[in-house]
Amino acid sequence: MSTASVIRIALFAYLAIFFSYLLGPLVVMSLTAFNSAAFPSVSPWACFTYEWFDVLFNDKHIKEGIYYSVIIGLGTVALSVSMGLAASIVLTQVWAKFRSTYYTLIIAPILVPGVVLGISTLVFWDRFGSFIGASDGSFLDGLFHNGIFLTILGQSSFIASYCMLVFVARLQRFDPGLTEAALDLGATHTQAFRKILLPFMRPAIASASVLAFLASFENYNTTTFTIVKYKTLTTVLAQKVRLGINPSISALAFIIIMMTIILALGFEAYRRNNARKEAVRLGKAKASKGFLPGFMTGNPAAIVLVLVSFVVITMVGTAQSYSPEQCKAEVLAAKKLEVEKAIKALKLKRTIKKQSDSLKGPDIFAPDPAKKGSFGGVFDPNNLTTEKPVKPEEPKAKKPASGAFGGVFDPNNLQKD
Amino acid sequence: MKKKMIFSEFFKNNGLVMGSALMGLVGFWLIFLVILPQLSMLDYSFRFNLPPADVGGPKDVYTLSNYQHLLYGSDDTHQTYNTVDLMVFVRTIIAAILVTLFNIVLCYPLAYFLGQSKGTGLARLLVVLLIIPYWINEILRAFALRIIFGDSGLLNETLLLLHLIKEPVDFIRQDIALYAGLGYAYILLMLFPMYNVIESLDRNQIEAARDMGASWTRIHRRIVIPHAKPGIVSGATMVFMLSAGALAAPQILGGPSSLWFTQLVYQWFNDSLNWQQGAAYAIVLLVSTILIVLTVMRIFKVNMGDIGK
Repeated sequence: MSTASVIRIALFAYLAIFFSYLLGPLVVMSLTAFNSAAFPSVSPWACFTYEWFDVLFNDKHIKEGIYYSVIIGLGTVALSVSMGLAASIVLTQVWAKFRSTYYTLIIAPILVPGVVLGISTLVFWDRFGSFIGASDGSFLDGLFHNGIFLTILGQSSFIASYCMLVFVARLQRFDPGLTEAALDLGATHTQAFRKILLPFMRPAIASASVLAFLASFENYNTTTFTIVKYKTLTTVLAQKVRLGINPSISALAFIIIMMTIILALGFEAYRRNNARKEAVRLGKAKASKGFLPGFMTGNPAAIVLVLVSFVVITMVGTAQSYSPEQCKAEVLAAKKLEVEKAIKALKLKRTIKKQSDSLKGPDIFAPDPAKKGSFGGVFDPNNLTTEKPVKPEEPKAKKPASGAFGGVFDPNNLQKD
Repeated sequence: MKKKMIFSEFFKNNGLVMGSALMGLVGFWLIFLVILPQLSMLDYSFRFNLPPADVGGPKDVYTLSNYQHLLYGSDDTHQTYNTVDLMVFVRTIIAAILVTLFNIVLCYPLAYFLGQSKGTGLARLLVVLLIIPYWINEILRAFALRIIFGDSGLLNETLLLLHLIKEPVDFIRQDIALYAGLGYAYILLMLFPMYNVIESLDRNQIEAARDMGASWTRIHRRIVIPHAKPGIVSGATMVFMLSAGALAAPQILGGPSSLWFTQLVYQWFNDSLNWQQGAAYAIVLLVSTILIVLTVMRIFKVNMGDIGK
């Protein structure tokens, strides 16, 4: 075996490990959404069920959380995209000596722990309110303690940095000569910005918006401090996961994973389709041929996308009619049987124990205070002289327990021997 | 005077409306969302936790007591150290460093592979596969690991089935789940900066070195790693800062007896309602992590400008 093939095998083993670490947990979590067991698990598989989706859709906390998450996400996108765009434009013009300091300042929020950002936002607006003299109950006071307002600001403080990075990458390819030309032809600065720079930045603005929305939607560390009285999807989820988990969370995760996969495949398919059209236009490739529709030709992403959508549609369709009741009843019966078996086994154990206990006879040394008197009976001097059967109750009734020792040390004991 | 000139030039370049819009947005961001909040938190951390009536009164003076609490605990004589909190702090920092190193080792081969086979079908498929978990909520990712590492989780069941263990291992209590979760949470922030720099490496350099007879390890040590250094440090910085500041993974995957430093901060804020104490702990976390990152950047001679590329 050559070294090249050893390296190849090692590489594929490594890739397999890496991707099973990355994707395995998500696959397992998705599977638990379909198991009827009340605790999310796959290993004792009970029944295939859709009931956790029902539970999820009827959960009012999660609905409320999604509602506020979307509001906050939109606010954060608006604020952080505009701040990020402004910061990136300023970066191209800032005085060279000041540039690295300025860059450090606008990149720093990414590196500050989210917990710190959340706390500082909360503390600052609380004190800012009292600094400008907003009295309790006034509009400003309410605003500065409003969870949605604080969360949008807290999240924007670092999401704007992400947006800025996206814009800087795009701005590097911008030709400032275009703006100059527009200005020379009599456009105002605002017009030049709107007609030249903004259209050029549009793809970057789109991707920055998506990035900002996702970052806001899944943020937890900052939000958990700034949200105060409201809740977002992540804080609801965190609370649920901490207090006790049930598979409806897996169902939510499954929905998000499917949406992600469909979006990613759709994007990839779209890109490839465009590339193919471009190739056809340039005469480098032939127009569609064969049995597949045009957009699927040489486009595995599109094929997979169609298959995935088909699976999802089938699942939604069967979910209406499929009922796991019979299987659940069977599992329940099996469980009952198991429990009964366990109870029987326990009972058997107990009877065996009882029998062996009774074989040993009455335990005269048992530390039961009720039987303390029995010592008296055993050591009763009469025991040895008379043949009458031992009745432990009698001596207890006759004399106090302390008297039993008296019997032991009775001088007559020795004499009788 | 000089400053005024810069500003006037700025407005000349952008026009009054656009110039003030840009200035206003950047100013609002940096002053009201970044600088002032941090300063006010710093100020807050030096104050006593007073009832609202006393705020601004004669008792509202600066104090070091919040920081002393981290060092000495509630012991006023400063004889004994606050070993519980200090241990949590040290453990958080060390564990975050270990998680970062683990991620570097795990990601480097893949970043190299992807960077060198760009454009091929397999590489594109892998990139799509990589992006999918990145879009899933941090809480849900931690939840997924909890299902796997739980007492009757998949891992325990599998190990029992294979007769590798006799009774379930408590991965949660032993913090194995926590470390796996932290490594899992931020792995892509390590991978993508690394991938970006390795992708920009000219393949001819590697070929040339190979033609000259350099060994496989030597090529990596002398060519690939020096070239990838900014990416590695950038990824490591992000992973370290985010793991040290992580809250979701420790809350969900952490054992009941062991805490993460951010959990202490969270407790001071939300359970004890002592914001001043919480702010002091947050400042300690912020300053110490930044110092560590700056030290590492100084050692490896990487600039702040390389972060985030």
